Amino acid sequence: MRTLKFLLQKEFKQIFRDKTIIAMILVMPTIQLLILPLAANYEVKNINLAFTDNDHSAYSQQLISKITSSGYFRLTGYNTSFKESMALIESDQADLVLEIPQDFERNLIRENQQKVFIAVNAINGVKANLGGAYLSTIIQNFNTEIRMELVTPSKSSFIPVIETTNSNWYNTLLNYNIFMVPGILAILVTMIAGFLSALNIVREKEVGTIEQINVTPIKKYHFVLGKLIPFWILGLVVFTIGLTLSRVIYGIVPMGSIPLLYCFVGVYLLAILGFGLLVSTYCETQQQAMFIAFFFVMIFVLMGGLFTSIDSMPEWAKIVSRFNPLSYLIEVMRMVILKGSGFKDIRYHFFIISIFALVLNSWAVWNYRKTS
Amino acid sequence: MREIVIKTENLSKRFGTFTAVNEINFEVYKGEIFGFLGANGAGKTTAMRMLCGLSTPSSGSATIAGFDIFRDTDKIKKNIGYMSQKFSLYENLTVLENIHFFGGIYGLSNQQLKEKSEVLVNKLGLYQEVNKLVSSLPLGWKQKLSFSVAILHEPKIVFLDEPTGGVDPVTRRQFWDLIYEASDSGMTIFVTTHYMDEAEYCNRICIMVDGSISALDSAPNLKLKFKANSMDEVFYALARGAKRGE
Repeated sequence: MRTLKFLLQKEFKQIFRDKTIIAMILVMPTIQLLILPLAANYEVKNINLAFTDNDHSAYSQQLISKITSSGYFRLTGYNTSFKESMALIESDQADLVLEIPQDFERNLIRENQQKVFIAVNAINGVKANLGGAYLSTIIQNFNTEIRMELVTPSKSSFIPVIETTNSNWYNTLLNYNIFMVPGILAILVTMIAGFLSALNIVREKEVGTIEQINVTPIKKYHFVLGKLIPFWILGLVVFTIGLTLSRVIYGIVPMGSIPLLYCFVGVYLLAILGFGLLVSTYCETQQQAMFIAFFFVMIFVLMGGLFTSIDSMPEWAKIVSRFNPLSYLIEVMRMVILKGSGFKDIRYHFFIISIFALVLNSWAVWNYRKTS
Repeated sequence: MREIVIKTENLSKRFGTFTAVNEINFEVYKGEIFGFLGANGAGKTTAMRMLCGLSTPSSGSATIAGFDIFRDTDKIKKNIGYMSQKFSLYENLTVLENIHFFGGIYGLSNQQLKEKSEVLVNKLGLYQEVNKLVSSLPLGWKQKLSFSVAILHEPKIVFLDEPTGGVDPVTRRQFWDLIYEASDSGMTIFVTTHYMDEAEYCNRICIMVDGSISALDSAPNLKLKFKANSMDEVFYALARGAKRGE
């Protein structure tokens, strides 16, 4: 016990003396929670649209003003020929081209039907899809309005329509931040704990102090605990800062039990610290450790279900994400914070993450040798 | 008969097909200053690392302070001190914090820590620097501090791996005063070095060439044997035949 006390004392002194680490612990959660939810947004806005209006009629003007007033589009070109508009797509100044044919208004009134043409720059798939869909919807609405104008309601035949009404649960206003913030918090905790623990032991190797430790009678588990405990506490501090910030900035109050959340994050931190230790036992320099840790954390983040839903990944990717500890944390965070899930709902996650913690730490301890 | 504290029998270390240390046999007596010489790559550090329990021997056997090098590594570690080639105190801890940390993990009581750090600080004249970070000390002081910390828990044997590399002559002299003092108290000193004048300070010298021991005796005897005027000449005579390190 006394040995552990000395190890912990030393570790905390070193951490608090390292201004970069302290800055990272305070600044990283703040910046990430401030910027990411607002910037990393799925909603597509500012779609650049170019027109070719061959009709120059009242209707075509109406359609254009309807489109531009929707807020999703930005008019970047108003050309007389389709060719010119296409040139804008080629030079990447426009994402969409809308061509309104000649006699648009006349055909609409006389023949009761008309076609418009949309050309989509599909390099950015999401933007192309959504932009095309928005535009089609606006044109459809426009179409309905016109029919209302042209056709007197009494004469219109009765068309059966299925009308859907929906109510949004857990995130009533479909607020994007509420969806993102718990996930970003999960990533934050992962990055801080994973990187710090991975780099720490390797640094002792690089500087040579680990030799001095290895000639002492310190037990393996003392040394590993001396490294785990400080970063475990640090991880919980970062989590607390993040939770507080998300309450202050975004007004997110966990629906579920906060102690439960801390319990899960506590176990999760053991797993991710085990990962860091494991990386450090295989590396000789901080550079190697940084690259390896970064490689894995990158995969954890991209396949964690924060930016893209795991449910819509291909089968093999779903299997891969089962081996990703971060995906469990992101899920639990959303469940407990947004839905108010209790222990019963997340017991499976608890079980899996405990196994992660056990396996990673045992592996790390096994691979950490005092001798070579 | 003098008490034997280190005894090796055919101790070897192989890395793949490369034999770093090849069946070395020697004995070190209690209270002795035992010099370990050799060119770069001769296997000095590897041999020392095996004796400290940092590296597992490939074959052979050795006892340190009466404990077996394979079975009783933990007991050996309580009885030895080690100062590596690289400076290995914590640079971002203060002088006092380093003393307390290393003393503490060797199991010294708070009372002992307090007394010993006072004695140590007085001896090294570090009163002004006690609460300064170790990184701010000049190299000579760092090395002296490092040695003093390595013997803080009063080990039976202390291993010094090129302790005076890059240190000025005056500080080296002071460093050796510390070594003599420790030796007088009955501590056994096992030291590797490149400096031939330092070799003369040792009671006995062991010269390694290409992983094997090629000479082991006191400095005067070695000079007599090789008909040399200085240890430099002895070393050249032996190391000239080395195949490694070119």
